[in-house]
Amino acid sequence: MVSGGITKFAKAHPDMDFRYMVKQAFDYAMNDVPNLTRDMIDGSVASYFSDHFTRQLKAASMVQDYLGLCPKPSKRIEGGGATGGLCFQAAWEAIASGRMNVCVAFGFETMSRVSTWKGNEFIAHASDTNFDYPVGGFYTGYYAMMVRRHMHEFGTTVEQMAMVSIKNHGNALYNPYAQSPMKLTIEDVRNSPMVADPLTMLDICTMSDGAAVCILASEEMAARLTDKPVKIIGIGAGTDSMRMADRPHGKVILLPHESESDYKNLKYPGVHSFRGGRMAAKQAYEMAGITNPLEELDFVELHDAYTSSEIQTYEDLGLCKYGEGGPFIEAGHSTLTGKIPVNPSGGLLACGHPVGATGLMQAVFAFWQLQGTIQKHLGNDHLQIKNARRGLIHSHAGTGTYITVSILEAV
Amino acid sequence: MSYEPGAQKIKLPETEEGTVLFNVDPIIIKHHYEIDYIHSYAQDSPFFAGLTKKKLLGSQCTQCNYKFATPRSHCMECGAKTEWFELPLEGKIHTWTTCYFGSEEFLKETPFTLILVEFEGVNTLFLSRLVGVEPGKAKIGMRVKAQFLRNCKFKPTDVYFVPA
Repeated sequence: MVSGGITKFAKAHPDMDFRYMVKQAFDYAMNDVPNLTRDMIDGSVASYFSDHFTRQLKAASMVQDYLGLCPKPSKRIEGGGATGGLCFQAAWEAIASGRMNVCVAFGFETMSRVSTWKGNEFIAHASDTNFDYPVGGFYTGYYAMMVRRHMHEFGTTVEQMAMVSIKNHGNALYNPYAQSPMKLTIEDVRNSPMVADPLTMLDICTMSDGAAVCILASEEMAARLTDKPVKIIGIGAGTDSMRMADRPHGKVILLPHESESDYKNLKYPGVHSFRGGRMAAKQAYEMAGITNPLEELDFVELHDAYTSSEIQTYEDLGLCKYGEGGPFIEAGHSTLTGKIPVNPSGGLLACGHPVGATGLMQAVFAFWQLQGTIQKHLGNDHLQIKNARRGLIHSHAGTGTYITVSILEAV
Repeated sequence: MSYEPGAQKIKLPETEEGTVLFNVDPIIIKHHYEIDYIHSYAQDSPFFAGLTKKKLLGSQCTQCNYKFATPRSHCMECGAKTEWFELPLEGKIHTWTTCYFGSEEFLKETPFTLILVEFEGVNTLFLSRLVGVEPGKAKIGMRVKAQFLRNCKFKPTDVYFVPA
């Protein structure tokens, strides 16, 4: 990766359509690598989730021409909440296969175009429309049922979930790109309106308008473009059944630092864990040669659409064992000064979640961390992880149906 | 094609329809969109027919005997054809939530309680609504039984659960 750019994520950007938002992020990324000219770009990969929100099929073609990238190759990637992560990996594939030397991954979402509850309806159409949506299709409801079972299996508490909200909204106080920086207490989180028991408004990310751009290049090209490239050393992805009711109750997919005896009585993944996340992590770790993620990673930007999913994801990623996610946040391990900062940017909870942009936003923040350029891009260095060498980004679609894990390393 | 200035003006018929305008700088207007689909339940149709007879049909694999609590005409485990079997009409709550907000379509029905039901001897779960329990008062492990709408709508909400 040689550059990145993000628009400020906001409730609405009525002054810019999706083309202009992407253009803003694209220009930012281009300005950050002055040696890169547009004619050196071989093509692009586009990331946006919902044709319902855009009310425009082939919206990516409109971005491609707006950016002046026609007639170069391009295609759209779509995979629900994981769209951005999948797009990032598609750009990596374009480079790794040798098809392209420079590939632009751009992503956006314009969610302000309908009311919040209509937006929730659109998103719920990413659950099975024959069997799940008509029963009361609502993603917060699905995740609430998942964490309810996590609480039952492992004793996870709503206070531990609130600690994730406090951490991520607090980190965002130093991130000017974030939509909802806030200083919060456990009481604030628990006293905010209940959305789907046990998840309150402050356990849930918001809808946003926003765009993000990553520019990837071959090693040879990267060396010509910048003295601070970041290497992508691990790529993994996983899936699970569309209806969470269909998930099996079998054995845990083990990481190197775990053994079967750790999980004698655990039926996996059930609805309490994301099997696709574990699969994605396992692949990415194998490719990167990582055997103990807690020791070998310096930070994680993960898909915290809900406070509960951050806790569940600590476990899928093997930062702790299954069942230890609650105590992990409670011990402060994932805070800025903890063992492994998780979502130093503020995550989805505080940055916002303009779906197609989100996974690419994570990549841009991780890129800046590994370059050591947080001060330059955020205007302050509070969130800069000292000597960050390796970071993990994690993108996740509805109830864990698609999940990606990518690992980046400073050069 | 020639155009002669001052030639006869061509007017389009005028209508009473207008545009809902929210803002002028930038211009933000209301844009309406709706559609009716011609939707087939295809191979899952027997499940909905079952609901009209007050039966819950699951899918059992003809090769590995895996039992799904949902319609699935091919086995997710081994790929073989499944056959329909009748699910028990009683089960336990595996997990639950009460929704106080929801998608626009269901907002008027809030608060409502969603449950995943586990059935004895069946490998997977079933999503439904729980009725007859105060919001927020469901419990994991609670025994529940299926009830059916008298007039079917051919929707998965034709069945719902109440405390057993």
